[in-house]
Amino acid sequence: MINMKDIMETITMIQDEHLDIRTITMGISLIDCCDSDIDKSCQKVYDKIYRLTKDLVKTGEDIEKKYGIPIVNKRISVTPISILAGVSGGDPVKYAKTLDRVAKDVGVNFIGGYSALVHKGFSAGDRELIESIPRALAETDFVCSSVNVGSTKAGINMDAVKLMGEVVKETAELTKDRQCIGAAKLVVFCNAPEDNPFMAGAFHGIGEPDCVLNVGVSGPGVVRAALAKMPKDASLNEVADLIKKTAFKITRMGQLVGTEASARLGVPFGIIDLSLAPTPAVGDSVAYILEEIGLEQCGTHGTTAALAMLNDAVKKGGVMASSNVGGLSGAFIPVSEDAGMIEAAKAGTLTIEKLEAMTAVCSVGLDMIVLPGETPATTISAIIADEAAIGMVNSKTTAVRVIPAIGYKEGEILDFGGLLGSGPIMAINEKASDIMINRGGKIPAPMQSLKN
Amino acid sequence: MRAVITVLGKDMVGILAKASTACAESNANVVEVTQSVLEDYFAMIMLVDIDKLNCSLEEMKNRIEAAVPEMKVHVMHEDIFNSMHRI
Repeated sequence: MINMKDIMETITMIQDEHLDIRTITMGISLIDCCDSDIDKSCQKVYDKIYRLTKDLVKTGEDIEKKYGIPIVNKRISVTPISILAGVSGGDPVKYAKTLDRVAKDVGVNFIGGYSALVHKGFSAGDRELIESIPRALAETDFVCSSVNVGSTKAGINMDAVKLMGEVVKETAELTKDRQCIGAAKLVVFCNAPEDNPFMAGAFHGIGEPDCVLNVGVSGPGVVRAALAKMPKDASLNEVADLIKKTAFKITRMGQLVGTEASARLGVPFGIIDLSLAPTPAVGDSVAYILEEIGLEQCGTHGTTAALAMLNDAVKKGGVMASSNVGGLSGAFIPVSEDAGMIEAAKAGTLTIEKLEAMTAVCSVGLDMIVLPGETPATTISAIIADEAAIGMVNSKTTAVRVIPAIGYKEGEILDFGGLLGSGPIMAINEKASDIMINRGGKIPAPMQSLKN
Repeated sequence: MRAVITVLGKDMVGILAKASTACAESNANVVEVTQSVLEDYFAMIMLVDIDKLNCSLEEMKNRIEAAVPEMKVHVMHEDIFNSMHRI
């Protein structure tokens, strides 16, 4: 017999602590849709995505009813579009519009893969795609874009970093009448994972199978609630252990849903990404977990250490619970999506410099940070370069998703609504970095020995 | 296959009777029932066999909710508990 305590624990997790399956994301390869005629290519893209995903939303909803567990998002990731654009030529925005149309027709809420991988240099289609990102994101609703500008093996492509600073700024400019929302759908990566199910950085890597189902599980609220029940003098070993056990349970649920969804859709199961992804809902916050561990407010001294332990314990629990852990797996720290981080940023406890240190130990990077609108493109490039350097040297994924708030002043709030939340404009260092950024070229790949 | 039905809320007369009638109407065989009343807070967990269900799991949940409208009802497939709490 299933024990009553376990049943009540599961129900409390779902009902009061916001436990959910954050996303089921179908990854689809579009390599077989390449055509030298862009219109034919777009038609093939539409047909293939529609054929494979027409039942995705319905299947997700059926599983929700069977297990009584919310599946918040159903999404699609595709092969980086720069590859298709390289074959077909023409205006890449046509692809963005095709992706947007198919996403709306099948009922998913985001489609990722308007992407280019340029960590070592630009090939055919890459530069055209990157330059078209501002228009693509302004003229579509559901398309997400990402660009990989560096890796531990290749170094950092500083020409791409320079270009991306301009692209981020222009994307915000083109959507300034809609809270600069375009920039919230654009991620600049170093060491981008090929199987990440979370937006806005999801794309279907070229090493992936034709079609695969990836699952993203979340649950910061559950971890916080578990820690809240623990005595304040429990040692950090015990804290880490409790996080691990909680992560285990959450991941098992993801494994169950992923296996069931992949069987129903007839698509192989890819990976589970166990990431503590906060939402603006009160209680569903990573900052609150750090505060529960014993910090007065997220961002103060000790935050990096607490986050390092949290991130590692989450991974350990997740790996034990599933044979297919992948993606980003860890803790996310998107400022505007996390009630506790918003408070800490408003109070001035959480600064960009501290966030940068935190990205060295968590699973992603500078995420959903609102910058002053007049920030020069070269400064955005420099922020990207700093973050990419942390990823490159530490052999981890880092990313930058910053939103220059065009037309707003420091201290004002940008409100995106929904899962993207709202964020105060954060202060940045105003000294210029333009000469370094304008140099261009590459930062060579780092040593993998003599590590000190 | 079995499902776990939980009914939570303020205690009153006939909750078990009404919930189990709704199960019977859906042709779900009640395998086990645990209930506890703490002061006036009522919590019941039923394990039911759903192999011969004459409707969908969702429909059964709707029927139970209609039978005890004041209570919070969850209907969940047992697999979720087995996978979360067993290695």
